[in-house]
Amino acid sequence: MIKQNRRNRPRPLDGLRKEPTGIPGFDEITRGGLPSGRASLVCGSAGAGKTLFAMEFLVRGATIYNEPGVFMSFEESSDELATNVASLGFDLNQLIEDKKLVLDYVFIERSEIEETGEYDLEGLFLRLDHAIASIGAKRVVLDTLEALFSALPNEAIIRAELRRLFRWLKEKGVTALITCERGDGRLTRYGLEEYVADCVILLDNRVQNQISTRRMRIVKYRGTSHGTNEYPFLIDEKGFSVLPITSLGLSHKAPTEHVSTGIERMDNMLDGKGLYRGSSILVSGTAGTGKSTIGAHFVDAACARGERALFFAFEESQDQIIRNMRSIGIDLEKYVRKGLLKFHNARPSTWGLEVHLAMIHKTISEFNPSVVVIDPITNFLAVGDRTETKAMLTRLIDFLKSREITAMFTSLTSGGHDVEDSEVDVSSLMDTWLLVKNIETNGERNRGLYILKARGIAHSNQVREFLLTDSGIQLVDAYIGTEGVLMGSARSSQVAREKAADHDRALAMERKQRELRRKQELYEAQLIALRGQYETERDALLRELEEEKQRQREMAEQRLEIARLRRADNGEVQLEGNGARKSRKGTVAR
Amino acid sequence: MKNTPTKKSRRASNGQPPQTDGNAARWNLRLYVAGQTPRSLTAFKNLKEICEEYLKGQYHIEVVDLMENPTLARGDQILAIPTLVRKLPQPIRKIIGDLSNTERVLVGLDIQPRNN
Repeated sequence: MIKQNRRNRPRPLDGLRKEPTGIPGFDEITRGGLPSGRASLVCGSAGAGKTLFAMEFLVRGATIYNEPGVFMSFEESSDELATNVASLGFDLNQLIEDKKLVLDYVFIERSEIEETGEYDLEGLFLRLDHAIASIGAKRVVLDTLEALFSALPNEAIIRAELRRLFRWLKEKGVTALITCERGDGRLTRYGLEEYVADCVILLDNRVQNQISTRRMRIVKYRGTSHGTNEYPFLIDEKGFSVLPITSLGLSHKAPTEHVSTGIERMDNMLDGKGLYRGSSILVSGTAGTGKSTIGAHFVDAACARGERALFFAFEESQDQIIRNMRSIGIDLEKYVRKGLLKFHNARPSTWGLEVHLAMIHKTISEFNPSVVVIDPITNFLAVGDRTETKAMLTRLIDFLKSREITAMFTSLTSGGHDVEDSEVDVSSLMDTWLLVKNIETNGERNRGLYILKARGIAHSNQVREFLLTDSGIQLVDAYIGTEGVLMGSARSSQVAREKAADHDRALAMERKQRELRRKQELYEAQLIALRGQYETERDALLRELEEEKQRQREMAEQRLEIARLRRADNGEVQLEGNGARKSRKGTVAR
Repeated sequence: MKNTPTKKSRRASNGQPPQTDGNAARWNLRLYVAGQTPRSLTAFKNLKEICEEYLKGQYHIEVVDLMENPTLARGDQILAIPTLVRKLPQPIRKIIGDLSNTERVLVGLDIQPRNN
């Protein structure tokens, strides 16, 4: 086998050695790439992308893995090939100059050829051998080898020679990729899969509802496990990319960190913290309820935190969104200029679902945002039915979760439906579901916001009135009372009524307090008057008492005087002490 | 250049002196082979017989061995071995196989049989 001098390549998961193609996604679904040192077949109908796939296998091999390659073309000349793939950013001429690539155009004009006996295809072998030897090629592509069948008359010889060719390629130890036109009811028109049986890749370009979708399937891959689904793939200005989205499962991590919705009161409704990072949020509602605005707030908040945000808009252009959001005070343009915010605008009918998924996948992989808004998902129903759309969204959500991207999806509920009908049946996939509802009362429509669910968050169960103001969305407590839920003017008149009632109550209180004060003053005045009266009376009484005492004293003195005058026998000495007693005795005696 | 054999190609020796320069060969034929395989030898033998019979004195055969000179396969778009290329007279025609079917060789080279 070939000498191994390879670095920086993913190790295959199983015994078979594999050659990474370098094509994004393909190496994942094949768990490592094409079988090393063997021949693989890539088949598909015209325009399926076979040549491009094969060419990218060589170009990536030469540029990423430093493995030179030989491209033997039976259909397009070297110049045509170089021109065709230049649009994908592949500079074949440079690679040829660097001895990384050999292009050999094999052209056979059947009308020029006369068959005159036995022959073999040694010329082809020699050409290939020479090309491989000239640059030490590790990879070989034979682009539509089947052209031999139309170029040469003797099919038996071709078949025998092809068998020999594949054996020879294996002996050479090169990893070969052979493209084949798809036949009626079989993989290849001339049954080449019989010779090349190690790995068969089928490319398909199906048109459904006038929209084409490219798909790839690994039909067989001997001796290894591989993804068996049909995977959508894209061919764009950067080449081929396969989307192994279906291979994801429910094994993503669940971050505990929170991110703000960009609306303070909504964060409050969500337990004061906002949403979990990496969770998916569905915002559903009827037309004109402000779903996109919630989305705009969400990206605005993310960009304000310095995170990258990606806004997929399937209804409005970038300018339109920026203009409309500016009218409510959200300036998204500055973030676009800073490179934090990127819009991806497309009509849903531009591509099929798979391609949309692929585009979203690719854009996300390139931009690497932490927040994504998809507005709205319901538009995908225009290009696929409910089942398909749901399947696509499931894969998208899995993908977003695996990258811990917080994603907000808006969903338009059409008027006639139950508002809790999420249209695409994705509500079960979502972690948080916000419902914006138009509530029609008293001849006006008002927006109400509910949180129908928020996994793992103790959220408010109350409806909030949702206002679009000059400074973005404002959430107002809806009036909830005996009158029911009131919003809009009904709420404000109710608020006014309550205010009036409050005012009345305040006035009544004031009155009562005044009365109390008056009463107090009154009683206090009375108290003073009474006290005055009492004091007057008391003074009078005291005076009387005093006078009485005075009189008694005088009387006692008089008596002493009389006694002295009468020369009473009790001496002077006793005068003070016993005199009074005596006199009292005397008085009593008297 | 077409009339000038490359260094590594062998000039066919047909037992006769080669054509003079003034009277250049009208028929310029190039036979591509890969090594001295029996089939190559048969093809060369068949070619020489046909030329001797139908184009005597007006032909020039150049044998290119792709084993020695693989790059030459590209120029004439050679896949099958052996391949005979009629370089002159124009247009270029290609005849593949060991040239055992004389009739087809004549058709391929666009030579009118002598009796016609």
